[in-house]
Amino acid sequence: MAATATVRQLDRDLALRRPPRSLWSDAWRRFRKNRLALAGVAYIAFLAVVAVAAPWIAPHNPVQSDVARAGVFRQAAWIRDPNPMRTGTWEYPLGTDSVGRDVFSRLVYGTRVSLVVGFVPMVFTVSIGMAIGLTAGYLGGRVDNILMRFTDVVYAFPDLLLFIIMQVAFQDAWIGKLLNGLVLLFITLSLVSWVTVARLVRGEVLAVKGKEFVEAARAIGANGLQIVVRHIVPNTLGPIIVVAAYIVPGAIISEAILSYLGIGIRPTVRLDAPFPTSWGSMILEGSKAWESQPWMLIAPTLAVASITLAFTFIGDGLRDAFDPRQRER
Amino acid sequence: MLLSFIVRRVLWLIPVILAVTTITFFLMHQAPGGPWDREKPVAAATLQALNQKFGLDKPVWVNPTEVRRRWEQGERNPLRLLAAFLDSQYFRYLWGLSHLDLGPSYRSKGTESVQSILWRKFPTTAKVGLVATAFAVVVGIPLGVFGALKQNSWIDYVSLTVATLGVSIPSFVIGVLVVILLSQLFGVKPIREPEEWQGFSTAYLAPGIVLGLGTMSYLTRLTRSSMLEVIRQDYVRTARAKGLSEWRVVTRHMLRNALIAVVTVLGPAVAALVTGSFIIETIFNVPGMGREYVVAIAARDYSMIMGTTLMYALFVAVANIWVDVMYGVLDPRIRV
Repeated sequence: MAATATVRQLDRDLALRRPPRSLWSDAWRRFRKNRLALAGVAYIAFLAVVAVAAPWIAPHNPVQSDVARAGVFRQAAWIRDPNPMRTGTWEYPLGTDSVGRDVFSRLVYGTRVSLVVGFVPMVFTVSIGMAIGLTAGYLGGRVDNILMRFTDVVYAFPDLLLFIIMQVAFQDAWIGKLLNGLVLLFITLSLVSWVTVARLVRGEVLAVKGKEFVEAARAIGANGLQIVVRHIVPNTLGPIIVVAAYIVPGAIISEAILSYLGIGIRPTVRLDAPFPTSWGSMILEGSKAWESQPWMLIAPTLAVASITLAFTFIGDGLRDAFDPRQRER
Repeated sequence: MLLSFIVRRVLWLIPVILAVTTITFFLMHQAPGGPWDREKPVAAATLQALNQKFGLDKPVWVNPTEVRRRWEQGERNPLRLLAAFLDSQYFRYLWGLSHLDLGPSYRSKGTESVQSILWRKFPTTAKVGLVATAFAVVVGIPLGVFGALKQNSWIDYVSLTVATLGVSIPSFVIGVLVVILLSQLFGVKPIREPEEWQGFSTAYLAPGIVLGLGTMSYLTRLTRSSMLEVIRQDYVRTARAKGLSEWRVVTRHMLRNALIAVVTVLGPAVAALVTGSFIIETIFNVPGMGREYVVAIAARDYSMIMGTTLMYALFVAVANIWVDVMYGVLDPRIRV
């Protein structure tokens, strides 16, 4: 009798005063303290709103040109020019381009491509990488060997070269024409970066596989799929989220480079195209015309620079949040 | 142990290069158009003669029609039939590759071989890469070291700011802006004439530095974080307790350990420089390998595309070997 009372007493004494902090709430607590990362999230949220509300924000149609009214190479609003057709006016805040399209409206619509091209390949990349990494790491043996040799080959391929040749190869095929070439870009950009995820996941799985809780799960009769989904995947998510946050700006930069080389987004004349242009294509157009209209170049370069900067802040914040040991104090 | 590891990794290059060759070959032939396309249509006879001269009239992968023809002619030797079966563009290329012959460049109408073009263009690319690497190492590592030694001082904030900007802003964006700044504000001509690239000239400065910025920032971040890790180690405290001079503690005890990580990533960092170079070469109009690649793609110069891709792939693969080997050599705690 006395013994049970002591046990009850002990239970009461050792009971947690508050619920245990999970990895997630812990990470969120640390992430919240990182001001730069929060600023990055705010900026991306702002861009997401801009992308969705583009038709209401943009003062003009991004594809339609009205040369008689807009003039070609009109300067940005605050720049005066002796030629009345080229002097700045707030009707065209960042001026107009070589065929009289409003640069600001194009910039607003360009947000859509950058965000979509950053996130969609990231989802593909992480799914492929996780599938291959989990299979290789969990099954081990010959499967592991074959899959990892395959990733080695992909890893050795210089990514930008593969991107270029992929784009050139399929640009004029039917798949290259879907959504102004966006679908092909998704495929191209997903082709290489899954390797990093696969290697990382495999490493994590190998580290977790031998832990006691996996053994315990097997002992109570969980099958392979249950073990992977319930016990292994949750333990690998932290590093994957960090890597995913760095994949997004990488894809955005690659899209900009491909469009700059003229093999990314296809130019369109359709007035209702949802993805009429991208910042990379605008940099290409701007770099040809910067002497007559510098803001055609400056605006998209600043846009690309700020979005990649925001994602770097978020990536750094996530890394510090999920892996405090790695932290750059 | 280490030697056998290196040998194994180097032998592994062969299947990697083979796979890269096959994938590139396949993708290249998916692209519409051919090396002889011009503004005005080329006469059929000329086209046929050109194709015949360079073996482009052969099938891309395998040649079963040739086997059938030989068979009907009464050829029964299986080896000869196999040779006829493999008489295709792909296997001809592999055969040439095994002799380190990358074939004639189609754009030059066969007057110059791909390896001689690469040999001619490579020094220019290498020089841009050298300037970039030198800039990255000479600026990046000290910035990281001083940032860590004087943590939370102004130099630390400067180095962190520069590093974050440099890592996140793509080099081609900076390149485009530098071209404008140079010409608008300083009146310097950013796009140089072809002859100005001979030898070492000031022409290499701008593209080299722009190319090196990303790597420099990466090295700064890496050096800083690994220095911060080392500073708190017991052996550093021991060294100080022994009464060693601060200089000796920093150079002999801290740097030696902190730079392990840096030396390790130097391989892939340099490879990234080399492969990242062609966008910079396009912006600054540098007559190097990278621009040659972009031009070759547009001209469907098949052999040139293959040659450049293989060269870049070799760089990346060697850089990956470098990482694994360096881990083993520099840090005795890690066994390869």
